[in-house]
Amino acid sequence: MVEDTVIKTKELRKTFISKERGGKKEVEAVKGIDLTVMKGEIYGFLGPNGAGKSTTQKMLSTLLPPTGGEAKVLGYDLVLEQEQIRQNVGCVSQAGGADLSATGLENLILQAQLYGLDDSTAKKNSAELVESFQMSSFIERPAQTYSGGQKRRLDVALGMVHHPRLLLLDEPTSGLDPQSRAFLWEEIKSLKARGVTIFLTTQYMDEADKLCDRIAIIDNGKIIVTGSPEDLKSNVGGDTIVFSFSSDEIAGKAKTLLVENIHLENIQAKDNSVYLNARDGERVMPDLMRSLEAEQLEVQSVMLSRPSLDDVFLKYTGRSLREDERKR
Amino acid sequence: MKMLRDTRLMFVRNMQHTLRNPIFIIVSMFQPLLYLVLFMPLLNGLGSVPGIPAGRTVEIFIPGLLVMQALFGSAFVGFSLIDDIRTGVVERFLVTPVSRPAILLGRVLRDALVLLIQCILITLVAIPFGLSVNVGGFLLSLLLFALIGVTMASLSYGFALIYKIEDPLAPTLNTITLPVSLLSGIILPLALAPIWLQDLAKINPFSYAVDAARSLFAGNFMNFEIVEGFVIIGLLALVLFSWALRSLKKMAS
Repeated sequence: MVEDTVIKTKELRKTFISKERGGKKEVEAVKGIDLTVMKGEIYGFLGPNGAGKSTTQKMLSTLLPPTGGEAKVLGYDLVLEQEQIRQNVGCVSQAGGADLSATGLENLILQAQLYGLDDSTAKKNSAELVESFQMSSFIERPAQTYSGGQKRRLDVALGMVHHPRLLLLDEPTSGLDPQSRAFLWEEIKSLKARGVTIFLTTQYMDEADKLCDRIAIIDNGKIIVTGSPEDLKSNVGGDTIVFSFSSDEIAGKAKTLLVENIHLENIQAKDNSVYLNARDGERVMPDLMRSLEAEQLEVQSVMLSRPSLDDVFLKYTGRSLREDERKR
Repeated sequence: MKMLRDTRLMFVRNMQHTLRNPIFIIVSMFQPLLYLVLFMPLLNGLGSVPGIPAGRTVEIFIPGLLVMQALFGSAFVGFSLIDDIRTGVVERFLVTPVSRPAILLGRVLRDALVLLIQCILITLVAIPFGLSVNVGGFLLSLLLFALIGVTMASLSYGFALIYKIEDPLAPTLNTITLPVSLLSGIILPLALAPIWLQDLAKINPFSYAVDAARSLFAGNFMNFEIVEGFVIIGLLALVLFSWALRSLKKMAS
């Protein structure tokens, strides 16, 4: 294995036996996935609810024994070297896991002690996290009094208290208000800057897009595509550019001009506007503008939109992640 | 060594939990206290019956009452564990290298300590009712009650870890605690029972605990019932604790 590989899975698989009327039924939650996460990156694990994300994270954190396949985390075997993995990996589950009747500080110190740190190191690490996560104003209050954002900050800090080399984060911003999300995103970026590798499970496309160096999209227990958000999006197709004019007539002329002079395909005119698809939209747009204006076709407004990860999901699954979200 | 430290950490954490609402230590003593005040006078009124020599009602009744507290007081501790499962606290412990037995030991030791405080308080309350007790026997009996507490708490935690939700827990535990207490001669001595009922009681481990506790209170240290009670309850505690530990290790799946 390459030294810089932090997570490497091969055909990792989890099958649950669920008891139902009429006997037992096998449920394949994770159907054999191959993952490679490199040192220092934020790796996004994106997919709708029930795709097998949390099951995968639970396997990687040694909570769930895999049914098949193999995996190495930080070079340790997932099945044979659980203790070493636990000692060096931080894990924040969806539920969080803060003890609500205890104060945030009590939670942090105990968690550090459970990782085997002596009392003074446990206190020192906790104090550092309180400082860097800006929690000093509330950390001595019982956690049940915290706002959603404050509690989430504590949850993430609990996963960092023993200075792990790898942090597994399961849906860290789900249910948070936009401000708290933005704050947590900054925190996650600063953890990366400190050299922590982050495996981030999420169902939010914007989160995966903004934070992650590379992502794997998982659906129905299988990884359907992996790559950097930029690559994935540009593979879907180019950017969409929209020029708006004062009338349909001018828009029609503009379309003709662009087709004849510049040989663009995938071009449509409707509602006073011309829609076209182009790779590297921001580069070609000024040229297009100039050739339009050279013919006295006055552009009233321009819009450039990039493909989103939702377009990526749509391309590979035929469904929209947004639709999945809306159904709930 | 690691297990000892982890057990201490877990015990302190759970004890802090209990001490945030210490009133519940008292509240969960109500059942035996009510039996003491509202039921024992009825027994006194019976005069001499098989199993209760005249004038010795208190000495026979109180050890049984303490076993009852050990049974019922510890049987429902699983609810607190379900709370910890739901909020992700148990999972947060399990992702650390913390010793697995320590997670449960820290709880059952807290439960045993709370139980001992209750047993001592109930015994003190019973003294004005005419209880006289052999001090050495009483101290030894506390160990027995602690073992019963560990047994019942393990049972409760084991089911909590399997169910992970509250709804089925109370009916399950009631289904076990009620027959077990009826068949141990706590309220009325089994000497009153027909033979078939006495035979049934012989397969109930807690009936041996009640016999042992009564011998200890009376200071009959040569009585073989005492050894019997300790061995049976000790083994049961071990078996149920191991079972609960297995459930904990399998919890995530």
